[in-house]
Amino acid sequence: MSPFKDAGHLFRLAAIFLAGVLAFVVIRSFIVPRSFGQYGHYRGNAIAEIAARPIRFAGHQTCETCHIDVLEKKKSGKHAQVNCEACHGALARHADDPSFDPGKPDTAVLCVRCHAASAAKPKGFPQVEAAEHSGGLACQTCHQPHNPVFNAGAAQ
Amino acid sequence: MPGVEGFMYPNEVALNWSVLIVLYPYITGLVAGAFILASLERVFRVEAVKPTYRLALLTALAFLLVAPLPLQLHLGHPERSYEMYLTPHRSSAMAMFGFVYLWYLMAVLVVEIWLDYRADIVLMSQSASGWKRWMYRAMTLGSSNVSPRALAIDERVGWVVTLVGIPSAFLLHGYVGFIFGSIKANPWWSSPMMPVVFLFSAMVSGIAAVMLLYMLTARLRRQPIDMRCVDTVARYLLYIFIIDFSLEMLDLVHRIYEADESFRSLDFMVHSKLYFSQIVLQILVGTLAPILMLALIQVTKFSAMARKRLYVVSGCLTLIGILAMRWNVVIGGQLFSKSFLGYTTYKMALVSREGLLVSIALMILPLAILGVLVKVLPPWPDKHQGSIPAATPAH
Amino acid sequence: MKITRRQLLILLPAAAAAWESVLAGTPETSPNYKMTDHWWGMLIDIPKCIGCGNCVRACQAENDVPDGFFRTWVERYHVTDWKLANPDVISPDGAKEGFPAATQDEGKYFFVPKLCNQCADSPCVQVCPVGATFVTPDGVVLVDATYCLGCAYCVQACPYGCRYIHPQKRVADKCTLCYHRITKGLTTACCEACPTGARQLVDLKNPKDPIHEFLKTHSVQVLKPQLATGAKVFYNELDGSVR
Repeated sequence: MSPFKDAGHLFRLAAIFLAGVLAFVVIRSFIVPRSFGQYGHYRGNAIAEIAARPIRFAGHQTCETCHIDVLEKKKSGKHAQVNCEACHGALARHADDPSFDPGKPDTAVLCVRCHAASAAKPKGFPQVEAAEHSGGLACQTCHQPHNPVFNAGAAQ
Repeated sequence: MPGVEGFMYPNEVALNWSVLIVLYPYITGLVAGAFILASLERVFRVEAVKPTYRLALLTALAFLLVAPLPLQLHLGHPERSYEMYLTPHRSSAMAMFGFVYLWYLMAVLVVEIWLDYRADIVLMSQSASGWKRWMYRAMTLGSSNVSPRALAIDERVGWVVTLVGIPSAFLLHGYVGFIFGSIKANPWWSSPMMPVVFLFSAMVSGIAAVMLLYMLTARLRRQPIDMRCVDTVARYLLYIFIIDFSLEMLDLVHRIYEADESFRSLDFMVHSKLYFSQIVLQILVGTLAPILMLALIQVTKFSAMARKRLYVVSGCLTLIGILAMRWNVVIGGQLFSKSFLGYTTYKMALVSREGLLVSIALMILPLAILGVLVKVLPPWPDKHQGSIPAATPAH
Repeated sequence: MKITRRQLLILLPAAAAAWESVLAGTPETSPNYKMTDHWWGMLIDIPKCIGCGNCVRACQAENDVPDGFFRTWVERYHVTDWKLANPDVISPDGAKEGFPAATQDEGKYFFVPKLCNQCADSPCVQVCPVGATFVTPDGVVLVDATYCLGCAYCVQACPYGCRYIHPQKRVADKCTLCYHRITKGLTTACCEACPTGARQLVDLKNPKDPIHEFLKTHSVQVLKPQLATGAKVFYNELDGSVR
């Protein structure tokens, strides 16, 4: 008597399982993204997709291509290392289309962000108590932001 | 910031793993525990617990079918969850989930239940009528061979499946413990003990659940409760509970003794935000009380009625305590800042996808499924017409 | 000296051409950028940070970071005497609007900008179940937003709290080291916006990068070194109280 005679039902079960595994393997080969595994265990195309995101800050080198006069003024002052967009905000749109005027930042709000006095800031960093320093005047009354050394009547 | 005390990294304030992630280990724990109880009879030949054998398997199946639901409801993109089958990341414990789950469901639980019930299924495919007949016929896979030899083969293969099922059950729930235990960023979770503690508390909850369900279903069917069975189940519950409690206390004592940089923050958290759920619910009400009750029964003679009452109370307290343990691990691990300088609050929603109502529904659903399963595959020999008792060992 | 109209007419096309060539670069198609030539990191100079919050605002503008979540943020520490284990730390809205003025008090103050540490042995990449987050060949940890399930395992695994689940996209999100910028020769938005040079992008594979000299002459640490994450954000003069 064949040892498998009474195990027919088990073979049917095994066949179902095998069919399931086969189906999985076949379906898988269609669904897994093509670039998966290109550089590692991830979708290789994701790198290019992320690198293609839109740029909002143009970068100071681009600003300096046109605004050479500002660069000259800035180079010798205390704000030499402060990049354009640190104060002017994201300007890629303006670099793309120079006719777009991004407007000038409001010095009453802008300057105190860095220069408001606080015991927490590094001791050597220039900081002032805004109210008693300027008596309410806007900062550019006395300071040219691109080269901020004190100059009464600097506002233009 | 509302709900925040001290300092938390800005991205840590909102909890990412909600009550649903508390439920998932609870449910798989019940599955593993129920299965271990079933294997006590099948593999370790503890004959006294035989009346709970089939019920334990069906309980495991009912809860296993519900187990993926809390995960799906929690995912940001559940429609992408198939990716775990396509491109599992082999370094991630979570990637194991899909395969371990499928293996345990199909290759262990469903096969074991099928093999054990096959004779009944064949009989019911011949005696039932209407759409039920087609259902049972499908379940026979077209084979009506219930000769003694075929049944003997079933018994042998079923034994092997149960044997393989024990480490599979350990894996099904143990990997959940590893998911938490392998996170070095979180000192509340990171511990080699975590999978072991999870597993033993899972066994405790599963055994308690089957014990309660057995007593409940016997009462509903107006059948006498086999006291020898329940006494044995309760004894195993006590033994495993003592091991579980010892492991948890070892972890606690170790933490207190070493008092590393996270200790002060965690200690404060346990005494404030987790006081009710950890000290009161998990330890006092959920562990010490049931252990004392069960231990008392071992050393003092109680009447069967008194024992039944104590089993019901200790069983319920155990289930509450183990749920509290899962809560304390999952939610507790997110209440404190990884800077060890602050705490946040968990605001459980009521109606949302990850809220309280959904959680309650997810806990009731397995019981509803179990209700259907005991109708389709009756675990009791006398009720259903034409059914025969479960296949007995070949010798 | 104002720029004359004539100068502008000459400069504009040149600038436009330069800008276009910057925009054109992509890692695979551009002959300019080879991933394996770079190994990105960042240097943060603690004594230079003034807590202005420019970096937080710039990052949010560049990367559409959702409200209430942060790809970068700044913490302010107040350490009294020798009690390094008990600093007072605040980060009001991630320092998006800077910090309120501190009153003169005992002890010392300093600012600590934080971001994704672009770990070489990243624990977040290790735990991702599907391969939705990864380390690029040039050392940047990125998230594939079309593949991510939003399971938040990576958020739990990050020791630095730099990840979050995007509330609208429902996927994991975090600092990309402005990958879309650095692969085109630009610096990150936060470095561009920092007025004091406290934050600097570094390319560890570039022998001419100033980081190499800096490391020889300064005392530099990473956050949570005991976790051996291979963090590539280096802090100059990081105090022992920093968490």
